[in-house]
Amino acid sequence: MLRYLARRLGQALLVVAGVVVLTFAVMRLVPGDPAVAFAGPKATPEQLAAARARFGLDDPLPAQLLTYVRDLLAGDWGVSLRTRQPVRDDLYLAFPASLELVGTALLIAVVLGIPLGVLAARYKTKFPDFGVRVGSMLAVSVPVFWLALALQTIFASNLGWFPIAGEYDSALDTTSPLTLWTNITVVDALITGNWPILTSTLDHLVLPALVVAAYPTGVIAQMTRAALIEESGQDHARLERALGFGETSILTRFALRPALGPVLSLIALVFAYAIVNGFLVEAVFNWPGLGRYAAESIRSLDTPAIAGVTLLVALVYVLANLVVDILQGFVDPRARTR
Amino acid sequence: MSDHLIEARDLRVSYGGRVVAEVPRLDVGAGECVAIVGESGSGKSTTLLSLLGLTQNAEISGQVRVCGVDVLTASPRALRELRGARAALVMQSPHAALSPATRLGVLMRRALKLHGVRDVDRTMARAMEEVLLDRELLRRYPHEVSGGQAQRFAIALAIALGAEVILADEPTSALDVTVQAEVVGVLRRLRAERDLALLLVSHDLALVSTIADRVLVMKDGAVVESGPAATVLAEPSHPYTRELLEALP
Repeated sequence: MLRYLARRLGQALLVVAGVVVLTFAVMRLVPGDPAVAFAGPKATPEQLAAARARFGLDDPLPAQLLTYVRDLLAGDWGVSLRTRQPVRDDLYLAFPASLELVGTALLIAVVLGIPLGVLAARYKTKFPDFGVRVGSMLAVSVPVFWLALALQTIFASNLGWFPIAGEYDSALDTTSPLTLWTNITVVDALITGNWPILTSTLDHLVLPALVVAAYPTGVIAQMTRAALIEESGQDHARLERALGFGETSILTRFALRPALGPVLSLIALVFAYAIVNGFLVEAVFNWPGLGRYAAESIRSLDTPAIAGVTLLVALVYVLANLVVDILQGFVDPRARTR
Repeated sequence: MSDHLIEARDLRVSYGGRVVAEVPRLDVGAGECVAIVGESGSGKSTTLLSLLGLTQNAEISGQVRVCGVDVLTASPRALRELRGARAALVMQSPHAALSPATRLGVLMRRALKLHGVRDVDRTMARAMEEVLLDRELLRRYPHEVSGGQAQRFAIALAIALGAEVILADEPTSALDVTVQAEVVGVLRRLRAERDLALLLVSHDLALVSTIADRVLVMKDGAVVESGPAATVLAEPSHPYTRELLEALP
């Protein structure tokens, strides 16, 4: 298992190196001159030259890349041209809220998607299967902003069951101020026992998390169904039937573990997708996450911030894949030998 | 019908109206070994699987009794009680026949508990000893044991559950020659010691000649010749049987 982990970690580091080079390329490919964006449209040629010198824009590209890598390793992700703050600090403020939203959404997607996939596989071609397939097709195909607006209108505006927007009731900042540890509100509220903020955040999370969860739930249910149907047609399922096990038992006790391999890979894939998809949901629900920061950075051609967001999302994707690889080693012992 | 452990009369298996196996009569008694031989696609494996109701989406007619259970009319519950506990299956590819993410011991333990076997640990240990396997193998996953060990484990499953009948579908064809001999040795010994009824499907006439009492020869889904193994293999009456024998190396 240790060798398996070391191999996967080595592969992840290689991917990270590739991501860093790509992020650097993104910075150079974004239209517009970063020096102009920093110094302003009315800057004098001297001010522009100073800005170019400050960001090393006159150096040859390989030298710029080396400087970029060296700075990243030293924890310097550059300075935002818009906020004039270190990009890393900006991301540290914005990313935890996105992680909170997407993490909750993926939890919902896994908890709902896998059992729904099992149900569909167990009753293949019967009514429950039909229901799950139609439901997951709708969840996958409905545009996320439409779903966000629809849920907001029905459950927040009309029925009043959930708050309409925001991360928690802002009045609580005065009555029950939250001590920050991780910047993830739910986690910090749990750690410090701040129940008013915790319940308010969970209340605010329901609608946006359900919207972000829709697509992953649909694809996880579909993939679980397909992988289980394939597993239940394998020779081992025939032997299990010959041993007297029933179909539900075969699916849940023997077929599910090997079938989880492709499902786990899919979860890593939809995790990164959900972060980016979440940007739109954050806009609709006024969720203080990475989406707003990314949108404003793109609008103002803030290349260090755009590169920072790109690198962060890519790193999260690599990390999610690494976690999935490790989990695969546990759910399917054959994976450790690959 | 008599008191044979496997009895089939006018068994006909078809898919979408196309008949793939037709067996007028098949009997296997306790302590007896009957072999069904024929080339690939002759319907022998389908016949074997149909005896336990394991052919999916197939139409089956006729009469089939295994250990006294009428397989074609039995309830799903009665079939599940028959399978494993009284009639066991040994499959061709030993690794593919075992769930890849389930340790051998976990599979055996679950099967024993399913059929209400008491003293599970001792039963497992004894079954492994009977097929000459180290108990330590129970902690392994299928891909961590050899083909021969996996096949003997499949036989150990049948022994642990106290099966009276073993239906073996090409049990040695995926194994190399020395391992084949080990597996055949185990089957032969258990048959004698436990009075097991053994229905063997094989295209290996050399193997069949060493273990079978009676032989059914199948071609294109039909039985073309049957009788005592010594007679059928020494003096075949059907040209197809002669062809099979002439093809022996």
